[in-house]
Amino acid sequence: MTEQIDKALAREYEAGFVSDVESETFEPGLDESVIRRISEMKGEPEWMLEWRLSAFREWLKMEEPDWALFDYPKIDFQAISYYSAPKSMKDKPKSLDEVDPELLRTYEKLGIPLIEQQMLAGIAVDAVFDSVSVVTTFREKLEEAGVIFCPISEAIQKYPELVKKYIGSVVPKKDNYYAALNCAVFTDGSFVYIPKGTRCPMELSTYFRINEQNTGQFERTLIVADEGSHVSYLEGCTAPQRDENQLHAAVVELVAMDNAEIKYSTVQNWYPGDEDGKGGIYNFVTKRGICHTNAKISWTQVETGSAVTWKYPSCILKGDNSVGEFYSVALTRGRQQADTGTKMIHLGKNTKSTIIAKGISAGKSNGSYRGLVRMNPGADGARNFTQCDSLLIGDQCGAHTFPYVESRNPTAIVEHEATTSKVSDEQMFLCRQRGLDPEKAVSIIVNGFCKEVFKELPMEFAVEAGKLLEISLEGSVG
Amino acid sequence: MSNSKSLLTIKDLHASVEEKQIIKGLNLDIKPGEVHAIMGPNGAGKSTLGYVLSGRDGYSVEGGSVELNGEDLLEMETEERARAGLFLAFQYPVEIPGVSNLEFLKASVDAQREARGEEAITSADFLKEAKAACKQVNLPISFLKRGVNEGFSGGEKKRNELMQMLLLKPKLCILDETDSGLDIDALQVVAEGVNSQRSADRSFIVVTHYQRLLDYIKPDFVHVLSDGKIVKSGDASLAHELEAQGYAWLQKEPAEDELEG
Repeated sequence: MTEQIDKALAREYEAGFVSDVESETFEPGLDESVIRRISEMKGEPEWMLEWRLSAFREWLKMEEPDWALFDYPKIDFQAISYYSAPKSMKDKPKSLDEVDPELLRTYEKLGIPLIEQQMLAGIAVDAVFDSVSVVTTFREKLEEAGVIFCPISEAIQKYPELVKKYIGSVVPKKDNYYAALNCAVFTDGSFVYIPKGTRCPMELSTYFRINEQNTGQFERTLIVADEGSHVSYLEGCTAPQRDENQLHAAVVELVAMDNAEIKYSTVQNWYPGDEDGKGGIYNFVTKRGICHTNAKISWTQVETGSAVTWKYPSCILKGDNSVGEFYSVALTRGRQQADTGTKMIHLGKNTKSTIIAKGISAGKSNGSYRGLVRMNPGADGARNFTQCDSLLIGDQCGAHTFPYVESRNPTAIVEHEATTSKVSDEQMFLCRQRGLDPEKAVSIIVNGFCKEVFKELPMEFAVEAGKLLEISLEGSVG
Repeated sequence: MSNSKSLLTIKDLHASVEEKQIIKGLNLDIKPGEVHAIMGPNGAGKSTLGYVLSGRDGYSVEGGSVELNGEDLLEMETEERARAGLFLAFQYPVEIPGVSNLEFLKASVDAQREARGEEAITSADFLKEAKAACKQVNLPISFLKRGVNEGFSGGEKKRNELMQMLLLKPKLCILDETDSGLDIDALQVVAEGVNSQRSADRSFIVVTHYQRLLDYIKPDFVHVLSDGKIVKSGDASLAHELEAQGYAWLQKEPAEDELEG
């Protein structure tokens, strides 16, 4: 059976094409002059440049972390190009008509039509291509509701007070090695501001695409939900199929003011490398949100891509009665390695967090859940529930769980459940005896395993995630 | 008997599990609409026969032939056999957590219809059929939404198997000790379900250790399987004989390895 599973897993990476777009790309290498050039390309104010440079100086003093359960060659940060943008973007197209059709075609091929008439009505998209945002749809409609949704490079110029106030407020410059690097060299990403008492009229989404060779993508997203507001945000990512590894180091900061709610969903499908582990994206991402009184942040992620995933979307539950949630499906196959989980930091009274993490390992891959639940002295009556389930396909993969619990408040309650199971011969036989082929059998079993997480995704994404798993598992059955 | 009319023809079948020979020269011929009971002591190869016919991994055929509707069954993959109309009701149905019964059944029916070149059934029509099947096997409608066999009692699992059979409408149903672990009420429900499905173009192999089930599902033929072979065949009265006298009188040379499960 293992043989069949492996076959089913040997999928084609459908997003692996390269777009023929003429780009302006920096020479590989990183020093202060590169950062000055990025800042200049973006036409940034002086304070932003200073912020970048101070982060860079911190980064130079920091060590690359090595505590995750990974095995990959050391990254040469001088061999990476830190900026690449399609030449056609230089004049900042004012409307879709002015955008290079090749760029639009790229997104269409990925199933993200950017022409508003063709789009799914309820979703506004910010499309980021290498180091720049290509287009942001439905902006007028959002502006009517007072919602700001634009590339962060534009927000720095148009809304400097907002950006200055919140950038780095949740993930400080010195937070970690990759976050510091991102602060120094970030190129684009999305900025969202939802005004007080506003329910964002549509789903917002950013679609990240790496195209250029030897470049890193360092995007930065900042979402501020003011008091009593509500927003649902989706994020998707893909990259061409290449033999070289590429670095992606993003930072996402969420601020949920009193009574606000942010739902952040990710379907990560960066190129995972081939069967033997050649190529693929190194994905080192810092995602964190802060919840003020009665606020709620919910992270949902479906991680199927990348050669290496290092990612711990977290919540700081600062305000009383605030709620943090983390729902995760992480699928690894081939030689993929994922070390992912969350941190729930309970500061306020009666704060609540829920963690549901599902790991699926196949082939020769390794998946780890790493999570921290911290109950601070002030977190009276706080509660956490954690459930980590691992599903193994075949007998050459690994699943690992590293739960950390720090409770400094005797009234806080922390629950942790963990299971490990295999796709059993009996289950496969039952499915096949009822007429399902082995690929469909594995996919139905895996989808069932992930159900608790998929039901948290917005509907269009849930369908996409299910399909993505199906593609990912194709050929994995034996 | 002429082969052309048979639904299932097994000739001199030899099969083994983990290099241990279990089926040792079995012959059986089943015509459309017939119900054949296969009885025998533990370890005779009753369950193995069901697994070999349905193509379970790990069960290897070493000789003989099996034809279903004139086609070589042994050449087909497990799922192809299912699509050709072979259904196995499991003795111990396995759980598939998180996959709803309805979803699982719809996927199965879709796969089988597609393979036969039939049009896909709409979700609404399927739901109607599934609800009716649920009712027929005396399971609450809520079971359609529950995970496949997840947290079901022994009796509920068996009735769930029967529900699958009702929806898949197979040509040949193999009931593998469907009576095991059932109380008399559950047994009656299952038997009624099976009887309602008896028709001129559907055949059954009822594998059982006890005669009890055959009081409710009247077989046309009863075969005694012992040491991998059919050692005696007869009509329904044979089952009563076995009930009265046990199996020992049929085993001329009881082999030691038959005592193993």
